[in-house]
Amino acid sequence: MQDNRETRIGDVILDMKNISLAFGGVKALTDISFDVREHEIRAIIGPNGAGKSSMLNVINGVYTPQQGEIALAGVKFSKMNSRRAAEMGIARTFQNLALFKGMSVLDNIMTGRNLRMRSGILAQAFRLGSAEREEIAHREFVENIIDFLEIQAYRKTPVGRLPYGLQKRVDLGRALAMEPRMLLLDEPMAGMNIEEKQDMSRFILDVNDEYGTTIVLIEHDMGVVMDISDRVVVLDYGKKIGDGTPDAVRSNPDVIQAYLGASH
Amino acid sequence: MARDLPTQSISTQPETFPAWVQHHARVRGARPAMREKDLGIWQTITWAELARDVRVLAHGLAALGVQPGEHVAIVGENRPRLYLSMMAAQSLGAIPVPLYQDAVAQEMLYVLQDAQVRVAVVEDQEQVDKMLEASAHCPDLAYVVYDDPRGLRNYPPGKLLAFDALMDQGREHAAAHPDFVDRAMAAIGPHDAAAMFYTSGTTGKPKGVMLTHHALIDRALAIQELENLTDREDVLAYLPPAWIGQNMFSYTQFLVTGFTVNHPESPNTVAIDMHDIGPTYYFAPPRVLEGLLTQVMIRMEDASAIKRKLFHACMKLARRVGVRILDKDGTVGLWDRIKYRVGDLLIYGPLRNALGMSRVRIAYTAGEAIGPDLFIFYRSIGINLKQLYGSTETSVFVCVQSDGQVRADTVGPPVKGVEIRVAENGEIQIKSPGLFKGYYRNPEATAESYTADGWYHTGDAGYLDTDGQLKIIDRAKDVGKLADGSLFAPKYIENKLKFFQHIKEAVAFGAGRDEVCAFINIDLEAVGNWAERRGLPYAGYTDLAGKPEVYELIRDCVEQVNADLATDPRLAGSQIARFLILHKELDPDDDELTRTRKVRRAFIAQKYGVLVDALFEGKSSQYIETEVKFEDGRTGKIAADLPIATAKVYPRNTKKAA
Repeated sequence: MQDNRETRIGDVILDMKNISLAFGGVKALTDISFDVREHEIRAIIGPNGAGKSSMLNVINGVYTPQQGEIALAGVKFSKMNSRRAAEMGIARTFQNLALFKGMSVLDNIMTGRNLRMRSGILAQAFRLGSAEREEIAHREFVENIIDFLEIQAYRKTPVGRLPYGLQKRVDLGRALAMEPRMLLLDEPMAGMNIEEKQDMSRFILDVNDEYGTTIVLIEHDMGVVMDISDRVVVLDYGKKIGDGTPDAVRSNPDVIQAYLGASH
Repeated sequence: MARDLPTQSISTQPETFPAWVQHHARVRGARPAMREKDLGIWQTITWAELARDVRVLAHGLAALGVQPGEHVAIVGENRPRLYLSMMAAQSLGAIPVPLYQDAVAQEMLYVLQDAQVRVAVVEDQEQVDKMLEASAHCPDLAYVVYDDPRGLRNYPPGKLLAFDALMDQGREHAAAHPDFVDRAMAAIGPHDAAAMFYTSGTTGKPKGVMLTHHALIDRALAIQELENLTDREDVLAYLPPAWIGQNMFSYTQFLVTGFTVNHPESPNTVAIDMHDIGPTYYFAPPRVLEGLLTQVMIRMEDASAIKRKLFHACMKLARRVGVRILDKDGTVGLWDRIKYRVGDLLIYGPLRNALGMSRVRIAYTAGEAIGPDLFIFYRSIGINLKQLYGSTETSVFVCVQSDGQVRADTVGPPVKGVEIRVAENGEIQIKSPGLFKGYYRNPEATAESYTADGWYHTGDAGYLDTDGQLKIIDRAKDVGKLADGSLFAPKYIENKLKFFQHIKEAVAFGAGRDEVCAFINIDLEAVGNWAERRGLPYAGYTDLAGKPEVYELIRDCVEQVNADLATDPRLAGSQIARFLILHKELDPDDDELTRTRKVRRAFIAQKYGVLVDALFEGKSSQYIETEVKFEDGRTGKIAADLPIATAKVYPRNTKKAA
């Protein structure tokens, strides 16, 4: 399977060059460069406060870096905004879930189709033929995701009543509903037990495999990351201290020091 | 009575399964044969479409070189395509062998080798992985056909073949040999083997039970006549396809009667799908009915005080008159009937609806003995639940209770065509047209299962009641005697314990001893809920099982059983003196239960010998370390110091203590 991956991974789709981000006097990110290739699973790891989430927020345009350049599929930006990021096919999930707790699983995932709805609010309100046909098509897409994530039993259940692990899956489902080229996952396995982590790992691999989606994920849990990623970037105090295959990163002395302390 | 109806002209009736498929396509081609919920919408296949697909698929299997008499393994949940594959295999005269989909590769290996399987049709990646793991030791296994391609994109092709690709091969084969399948179907005789089921084997290795077209079809026809089944029935296929009971209801009876079988979206959605469909003909082993009742009871405990009161008042009335009303007993008073009608509006009707049983006309339970209270619960809310008796070797139907004559402690009179006798040792022996052809490649076992004069040993102990109904006590070999010579029927005691919602499994020991002791498995869901309500923290099963509060809870249950046993003069000696709560759940993966979740008592007694000894020695606790197998085949260890509790034993022949 691994040999097959080599041939699938394509050209650079996202190129981050010399990114620096500061909030007032606090430097969150300092001169960071890395790239993401099409169809790969790219992990960003680092201890608490290393700047992982800031990095993700730069990619999808929530933060604008003071310096640096982002190139997405060959188009260069000095700043990104979140709407444009979404339109260019970047979807994300959140570390602290941002789902609509009172809405059903189905409706939550349907919201992910928002950008792809063509008919106007009036057409939808009066259920004109075109709007209805469109909704059926979107519903079918969403049902495929529900099937994919194996949450058929909870289709009509309000999200707030589901256990955390399942809510995370719904969050992933909503991001997938955008048909993203690139998926940003912010600590997809935080707070999960081992079984839930294994399930989530499988779903991430399957998304990558079935839909060919490029995945950038932030994770705390080194073990999981090393198992599923193609390449890993390591951040510490806003600086890049390592970049490469999981094996290379694992044996990098700087990384070991950052994770296990100097005395090791 | 159904028996008085004129029987249809037997001569024109199809005698093999492929012929039945053709028959239904001709007679009711536009009627729905199968439905499957896909992407949230029920999709229908008509009989005409079904027959067409089966034909293409049969050509496909022929292209893979499947020969008459060859075994084709079928592995997966209930999926229409797997059932189509069984029909296709039968159309070629090949013999489908369904395997339990939750078995690990090791267990499948034995069957694959024994049945010399060359072609396996499986559901998904999970099953493909097991087949590939087993294939290293199965040189015969040449093709693994899979239904769901998810996750299999990067597998080396080798033995793997997608279902759609098989259909394509079938179309090519059909173009080249248009009458191949027709000729193959014509060559099948009614006394050829139609299917093979591996018995889960409470003892020793599983045995392949060969059943003929004639045996299966004959039993299905007998039941169709008895219950007036029509092609309008709806059935939900939700039990393991490898179990004869599931096969009888969703395959054999389906193909004979021509009704509609509905396939759930996934195993987790069965309750929702059942509610959608509202089956009219329903089959559930007692443990499923027990699970449903436990859920109802838990939800009632969470309900408001008024609703709880109303529920309990209505259930009290139902227990008193519900069963008699269902049995059309004329002696129920008018006032009670009015009250029951009101209860039906307020509680019983909505409850039946919530259970998905609003339209159930006939419901069966079988597989093991059912607790009388559980049985009566369903009947009292107006569900026509009946018991039946049978096994894989008898094509299920030996006895079925008839409407209006249903009792909790019997399994009904023999079905048409069955003869029953009780041997001197109390064992029930039968003759029936539904009996099996033999165990595959095991003539000794086949010979052993028949008496010298040709009766089949059921291995169950029981007797025929005064009104001709069969009553089963226990497995003949399990019924034992205590040291003082009084009767010891372990299953009877275990079943009494298991009726309590807090107890999931129980194993009683006592043969040849002075007293009876028991292992208990608590029901994690029910006891967990009880613990939460009391603010009792716990980390998992092992932790919860060891809590002194939980021991008190279970002691209450055990003492109630003892009080009940004390009123029965024959069984008063079997009261439970001491018990312990096991530190792990009994699990088929650890060989402690069969795949149909029957307790393997001898194996457990041996595995936990230390605990059994400690119970009978009257120790106050015992340390034990146990190896457990995880679903992926890895092993781990659980250790615990198990307390042993004593229970109050009541004097013989007293009335029930308060």
